[in-house]
Amino acid sequence: MSSKVYDNAALALKGVQDGMTLILGGFGLCGIPENSITMLSEMGVKNLTCVSNNAGVDDFGLGILLQKRQIKKMISSYVGENALFEKLYMSGELEVEFCPQGTIAERIRAGGAGIPGFYTPTGVGTLVAEGKEVKNFDGRDYILERGIRGDFAFVKAWKGDKFGNLIYRKTARNFNPMAAMAGKITIAEVEELVEVGQLDPDHIHTPGVYVQRIFKGVNYQNRIEQKTVSKG
Amino acid sequence: MPLTREQIAQRIAQEVESGFCVNLGIGIPTLVANYIPIEKNIMLQSENGLLGMGPFPRESEVDADLINAGKQTITAAPGASFFSSAESFAMIRGGHVDLTVLGAMEVDEQGSIANWMVPGKMVKGMGGAMDLVAGARNVIVAMQHTDKDGKSKLRTRCTLPLTGIKCIKKIVSDFGVIEITSEGFLLVEHAPDLTPEKVKAATEGKMTISPNCRPMKF
Repeated sequence: MSSKVYDNAALALKGVQDGMTLILGGFGLCGIPENSITMLSEMGVKNLTCVSNNAGVDDFGLGILLQKRQIKKMISSYVGENALFEKLYMSGELEVEFCPQGTIAERIRAGGAGIPGFYTPTGVGTLVAEGKEVKNFDGRDYILERGIRGDFAFVKAWKGDKFGNLIYRKTARNFNPMAAMAGKITIAEVEELVEVGQLDPDHIHTPGVYVQRIFKGVNYQNRIEQKTVSKG
Repeated sequence: MPLTREQIAQRIAQEVESGFCVNLGIGIPTLVANYIPIEKNIMLQSENGLLGMGPFPRESEVDADLINAGKQTITAAPGASFFSSAESFAMIRGGHVDLTVLGAMEVDEQGSIANWMVPGKMVKGMGGAMDLVAGARNVIVAMQHTDKDGKSKLRTRCTLPLTGIKCIKKIVSDFGVIEITSEGFLLVEHAPDLTPEKVKAATEGKMTISPNCRPMKF
């Protein structure tokens, strides 16, 4: 088996090209693949379709790709923290497919699990249902949603081993396990990269079979959007 | 006087039963947690992947990897679990969450709700709201009864793009507690300072005053 380990983001991201569909883990700025996003910005790849629950903030996360107009289309559930996103969307410069959060999660999971579509009650009778097949099961309507796969998927984990087994930390897990499943090539960046055998198999969240490339990330900002503290 | 935001939250807290798993939306719903007695042993679900949300952290405990769905730093309570977004929405869609409380821009007399989009103005996305209203066993809406011009937000039909159809069973507004029935809105409790007739007059959708309608208690 050739090694999945890459020395840095630049080497790991070789092959990402204009016009590709990318799936990214993260919720808000929590658990986003910071190093890969920075590298996509440096590479300058354009006309990207990005599947990500959120679009970062103006100067961080996917916001930095929006600033450079690298994204053609976003599939997201919530983009409220990004003023630039709203402006680009309103002016028609950015195509957006709003997709309910649970539906995005399941579409990515299904894509990765070899399921081309599934029925969900979410969005029945709303704008989300437009143009989609409606089917009644046991007296209730459901709409058909499609699985999604990406040319590349980018995930961030806390620890990983050289086979690509991943462990996430707290709520930084979010969309990362599904994103990892759904990339034709999945690139994992980790805070700590260890030898095979050093992670307890009982603790693995993403089995290494889903991961094609892995590198140890650097300079994590782990930015907080809303710092709230209790008194005392 | 209509109720304050805190009073709306306080009234909704009375709906929470022992051992419930509850998802609280952003805004007034978040305040509900402040009024649920600790003996009820409830678990708060945060749809970004946490069941068992605790209070805000002390300064020394702040952790960028531990946030709620509003992207605020939080803590995990004893008994908490972390999971992926797919698992989180399996819980929600699968009907495992006992109660969802969320805000609304409009609710209509059929129980349909609009809370995610004002065409041409506010386009932020629906987040998890469509899944929550489609999946939770019980959805309560916390909202202002009227907009700032005094126009009713309890409508005959929603005018804004919908979040979900026929899914709301109860509203707690600053004017009263309203159930949704096949006959439209049913006023079951009114704000202590407002008469039931006054609440009805401020409501666009069809409203019936329950024979047992009483002043809200806190």
